[in-house]
Amino acid sequence: MLGVSLDQYGFLVQGAFWTVVLSLMGFVGGTIVGLPVALARISRGWFLCRLSSVYVQFVQGIPLPVIMFVVYFGVSIYGFDVNALVAAAIAMTLYSSAYLGEIWKGCIQAVPKTQWEAGECLALTNLQRFIYVILPQALRIAVPPTVGFLVQIVKNTSYSVVIGFFDLTYSAKILNNATFKPFVIFTAAALIYFAICFPLSRYARRFELRLHRRNA
Amino acid sequence: MTVISMNSVHTPVAPQDGTQPMVSFRDVRKSFGALEVLKGIDLDVMPGQVAALIGRSGSGKSTALRCINGLEKINGGELTVCGRNLRARDFELRELRKEVGIVFQSYNLFPHLTVEQNVTLAPRKVNGLDAAESHALAAEVLEQVGLSDKASSYPEQLSGGQQQRVAIARSLAMRPKLMLFDEVTSALDPELTGEVLRVIGKLAAGGMTMVLVTHEMAFARQVADLVVYMHQGRVWEAGKGTMLDDPQTVELRQFVGSGL
Repeated sequence: MLGVSLDQYGFLVQGAFWTVVLSLMGFVGGTIVGLPVALARISRGWFLCRLSSVYVQFVQGIPLPVIMFVVYFGVSIYGFDVNALVAAAIAMTLYSSAYLGEIWKGCIQAVPKTQWEAGECLALTNLQRFIYVILPQALRIAVPPTVGFLVQIVKNTSYSVVIGFFDLTYSAKILNNATFKPFVIFTAAALIYFAICFPLSRYARRFELRLHRRNA
Repeated sequence: MTVISMNSVHTPVAPQDGTQPMVSFRDVRKSFGALEVLKGIDLDVMPGQVAALIGRSGSGKSTALRCINGLEKINGGELTVCGRNLRARDFELRELRKEVGIVFQSYNLFPHLTVEQNVTLAPRKVNGLDAAESHALAAEVLEQVGLSDKASSYPEQLSGGQQQRVAIARSLAMRPKLMLFDEVTSALDPELTGEVLRVIGKLAAGGMTMVLVTHEMAFARQVADLVVYMHQGRVWEAGKGTMLDDPQTVELRQFVGSGL
């Protein structure tokens, strides 16, 4: 098909599979690290708040490919042999946790202060207020921007090409070297990225609309 | 000004039978930064009494009310609520909150919970009621505010007046000894204030001790045993509702005259 064999397209799909795997690892890791970051950002403790703020600003101030290089080559200097998948997953975790932490901090703060106050006046403890009053409302606010950020995660996994991780972009690059059909191959790769991202943005949009309707 | 502020019309004398006041302010002071909002308040509210705090915005009436359940910390004087000294070393804020209900101007219902869940959240989590107990409790307090049929509605499906009545029911479900109302009808359309005031009036008739900040003069005169006119952070005049017909100070006369 267009000078590229079905097997070769299958090679691209293989790459796409690893793009999805890396995206999921980045999202899960980003959630595990990002949630405490969000909580630390809103904490009243000076140290936690400051520390998490420095973390977020530091990570957000470094380009993702450089984070990839640092994790992949930097760590191996100290005798740890990291394979590309682990290095890419760690880099994606660092990257997405900094952004998700900031997104979720905003969502928690978007719940009106009067809700904390109402819970406080009903003699609920701090933890009870957070779990039963604030968190459910913050989660609802958080769904659209979180799903929206998933799209960023998927697209940015392509930077893992710099450390030679076999993802969709990398497989397209290899295939191009073999076939010299850059237009066909990179267009096919673009379509696959789009096929992964488009449903996510649609989903985010639908959630957003539903949220607005509820609040209207 | 200082001469008038020392007027002796206020601070009703506690009855002689030894009953302790439910709320007792003694020279209570409160500042926000350099701004002194309460400049020495003295006030007693006896069990079963309804006290209405009136005055212009900025007079300190809402701040005084918020001090009663510890939403604002006082900077000076003594404040005793339900027998607890709020400045005592062993004072437990949460224990006080179990006994003092408050209703806000903006309802502050939990939007993600149904009316019944709003009402029963604190009784279940704080007082440990089980499902059957809390369901019965919800039925009881919703009946009290006339919203039995709205138990499974969400706050957004209710009118402002109905939401405010749910907020009252939510407070009542904690079986408070004292209820505070902070301008609870100020956000409502005139035709909706009546239904909320009727609920409060019914509570008053039932013997609930209450302190309310209100702009509804006719209502204050009608239900309050004690009307407290606050001005510039002080209790300027206090007495029975009839006080409003015969103000002793220029400020109260102007305030009543302004038709607020």
